[in-house]
Amino acid sequence: MATTKTPPKTFAVIGTTPPRVDAGAKVTGAAVYGIDVMLPRMAYGRILRSPHAHARIVRIDTSRAEALPGVVAVATAADLPEAVDRTDRVGEGTVNYRYTRDATFAGDKVLYHGHPICAVAAVTPEAAEDALALIDVEYEPLEPVLDVRGAMEPDAPILHPDLRTRSLAGPGSTPTNVAAHMRFEIGDPDQGMAEADVVVEREFQTATVHQGYMEPHAATAAWSPEGILTIYTTTQGAFDVRTRVHELLHHPLADIRVVPTEVGGAFGGKNTGYTDVAAALLARKAERPVRVVMSREETLMATGPTSGTWMRVTVGARRDGRITAAKAELRYEAGAYPGAPVFSGANCMFASYDIPNGRIDCYDVVVNKPRTGDYRSPGATQSAFAAETVLDEVATCLGMDPIAFRLINCACDGTSRITGGAHEHIGIRQVLEATRDCAHYRAPRPKSDGYLRRGRGVALGFWGNWGARSSVTLSVAEDGTVSLLTGSVDITGTRTSLAMQAAEALGLPLEMLAPAMGDTQTTGHSDSSGGSRTTMATGIAVCRAAEDLLARMEERAAAWWGVDSATVEYARGVFTSSTTGDAMSWAEVAGHQSETGGAIRGHGDVNVRKWGAAYATHIVDVEVDVETGGVRLLRHTVVQDVGRAIHPGQVASQMQGGATQGIGWALYEGYAYDAQGRMLNPNLLDYKMPTYLDVPAIETILVEVPYPGHPYGVRGVGEAPIVAVPAAIAAAIHDAVGVRTTRLPMGATQILQLLGVIDP
Amino acid sequence: MSRVVVPPLMRDLTGGLGVVDADGRTVDEVIAYLERCFPGFAARLCPDGDLAAGWAVIVDGNASPAGLRTRVGLNSEVRFSPTVAGG
Amino acid sequence: MPDRTRVRAIINHEPVDFLCEPRQSLLDCLRDVLGLTGTKCGCNDGNCGACSVLLDGRLVNSCLVLGVEIEGRSVVTVEGLAQWPGARIIQESFVEQDALQCGFCTPGMLIASKALLDRSPRPSEDAIRAWMSGNLCRCTGYERLVRAVQAAADHLATIEGAE
Repeated sequence: MATTKTPPKTFAVIGTTPPRVDAGAKVTGAAVYGIDVMLPRMAYGRILRSPHAHARIVRIDTSRAEALPGVVAVATAADLPEAVDRTDRVGEGTVNYRYTRDATFAGDKVLYHGHPICAVAAVTPEAAEDALALIDVEYEPLEPVLDVRGAMEPDAPILHPDLRTRSLAGPGSTPTNVAAHMRFEIGDPDQGMAEADVVVEREFQTATVHQGYMEPHAATAAWSPEGILTIYTTTQGAFDVRTRVHELLHHPLADIRVVPTEVGGAFGGKNTGYTDVAAALLARKAERPVRVVMSREETLMATGPTSGTWMRVTVGARRDGRITAAKAELRYEAGAYPGAPVFSGANCMFASYDIPNGRIDCYDVVVNKPRTGDYRSPGATQSAFAAETVLDEVATCLGMDPIAFRLINCACDGTSRITGGAHEHIGIRQVLEATRDCAHYRAPRPKSDGYLRRGRGVALGFWGNWGARSSVTLSVAEDGTVSLLTGSVDITGTRTSLAMQAAEALGLPLEMLAPAMGDTQTTGHSDSSGGSRTTMATGIAVCRAAEDLLARMEERAAAWWGVDSATVEYARGVFTSSTTGDAMSWAEVAGHQSETGGAIRGHGDVNVRKWGAAYATHIVDVEVDVETGGVRLLRHTVVQDVGRAIHPGQVASQMQGGATQGIGWALYEGYAYDAQGRMLNPNLLDYKMPTYLDVPAIETILVEVPYPGHPYGVRGVGEAPIVAVPAAIAAAIHDAVGVRTTRLPMGATQILQLLGVIDP
Repeated sequence: MSRVVVPPLMRDLTGGLGVVDADGRTVDEVIAYLERCFPGFAARLCPDGDLAAGWAVIVDGNASPAGLRTRVGLNSEVRFSPTVAGG
Repeated sequence: MPDRTRVRAIINHEPVDFLCEPRQSLLDCLRDVLGLTGTKCGCNDGNCGACSVLLDGRLVNSCLVLGVEIEGRSVVTVEGLAQWPGARIIQESFVEQDALQCGFCTPGMLIASKALLDRSPRPSEDAIRAWMSGNLCRCTGYERLVRAVQAAADHLATIEGAE
């Protein structure tokens, strides 16, 4: 059940819950996802992958595969132009194209189990599978390094001989797996610790986890004889795909048309592509369209999971509850190439609090695992698990209620952060108060019963969100209906929430809006739909486009009447002339467009540079079976500052979905590797994601603290609800059985070890 | 003069100072000024001439797309921060 | 090219006649041979339910059935649901309860729901969760899906009562 606490404001469309516009196609099986694309003469591509986690490639022989009847193309690293050793801003992160090329097809070394070697295309998927088995590769296995602390040892196997630590202390001079070291500091942390009455220090480890989207990666590429490349792909950012293909194939940007399909789940994992370039290469060589679809095994083994980590957190506080200092060391696994979300983890972990003295050291470390991708609040869930668990322990030591402790220390507008900068327009206090006052938190704690021990925990998470570039065009047809074309891919229902904002801005009923996703040929540059940006930043583009469109429509009404457009007024579907008193409906003005000058369109192209951050708390009641170590969730409430909920149902769904992924991360999910670095569980039986039986009905409380930088007060909502879940469950486990779980996932073995039932 | 927050790992160059004042109309000029005061400052921040990949300059609380060319005013606060990804 | 076997069956109430390799799953045949892409491949080893179909009225993972096994038998996929008024009520219920986000698991969920309601017209929440636990969803957290099935059951019972 979703409850919303809002300051009063009257909207016609915003705040309602219409059916999502894409629902019809999705409940009839008609929606076309990346894996469903079919083109005439299409061939099927497959990628050959390394069975070793770390090895030199001695020899590749594709001749037997090329000779197999039905095979139409083979593509190898030789088909890729040399990459420029350059790092670019792509989306929110940075991309080094030398690494991107190496990740597409390995160079002289493979760096993880599943690293692509080459690709084949054949007239049937079965023939492509047969062809893979006919490719001969000779490897010289090397010793892999699989955990972040091992990778930082002086004698660790080195992945990239030319990698030196990037640090503001000066670049490193010796080969290393530490790609970067960053330090952030505020005040005097050592002095602050000395002033504390209570100091808690703990070390934590979290396993690699995957976004778990149900639709694997897929791309279908087709070349025209003139060299126009079209790629249909499941992605969060069509323009990012275009940029990547451009950089790797050295093909002009405007000659690459990327068409985003429906997306079967993404959560950040489809900010990066793993099939587009291979499909393009195969299609060019085969001279026919080629579709490359990854299997579930490939998706788990060889896309972009999030970092496994090692962390140490120390927090000191006075007896009155005030935190005096906080220190953290974060070591995040980047996988095969640099770029772990460790700064993001540092940025979020203490962002909820006013901490006068703090130091955070972050390390971005390469290991022989797939290169990490973005996963819903990248980096934040790991560091929040550590920080919030230590804070819970501090509160317990002080005998304080965990919400009261957080209220004493919570940040407000203007609070400086350890990672720099100050908060603006945050809703944290309102979220904490709503948590303290909600029915779940006020309900009596669950009672234990024999070997079933029950407890309650709470934790607070922060996510910064994102702005960036969006493009929207509103176009009025002769009957007055309005098409809304956006470059923002719809991964969560934003076609609906954007149409709702357009309807509100234009004073029209929602039914008159027809939203659609464009492609890189038909829309202006739009950054990836990620970072919880779309309803917010593309919403701003919608409002700009609506203003532009209204101005154009007023001009057309004025032209029809022969008056000055400054004398035309508009309200709720009707244009009036203040000089003559004439009136015309929206549809009438639209109907006269041919006579008044042609097409009527409004444009909004934005680069949003400021946006509101998000806070979410989780209250969790758990039951721990002290005989089996099993943990069951009894009740779960999410409280989140959502700014303004355009579609409260969709917002509540994001909160439930994020919370559910957090539950999986907390209790069940984790990559397992053997000593040679081969992934042991690349399947959905052994990589356990929550089912209907694992998740209670998650209650949602939407707190609205409107963000002033958006016309309707929108804040990003999609990512924040995952962040504090593992910490909340850990706090509940502690409340139930008195032990502190410090490793994710918190499985039965760890709990029984902590309880002393089995040996460590 | 603008106020520049010195990243912790560069305070060995500034004798431990966490905030320093600098002359200059753009971030570029500010860094060049600080290089004269604290030799090695520019190379640490901009190892390849431009601001290191993944880093942004924040002037008066705003991350600037103009990077080193960003203009700074009297009493501007200048700091450097890594950029963040989302999912 | 490998030998193919001829298969004749009924799919969504229509007779079909196609060729497939013995190693192709029913899922492969539906999607790649017959162009019925509504049924999805999420894992290909029976662990996610995205490929759920009804085989002679029984809920199965089509990735675990061979194409040649459906000779002479009847299959219903999401594309065939619209033929039953009851199934249409389930679809509408999913839309009204906002029981989908990305929609990728939705075809499988609809098929599984129909199979449940065919057997058990007024299932409890526990029964719904247990029956549907073979269908994974990564987006919703399951609660709205449960509500959608309950709402469909209630609606269908009203119609039954009226008859």
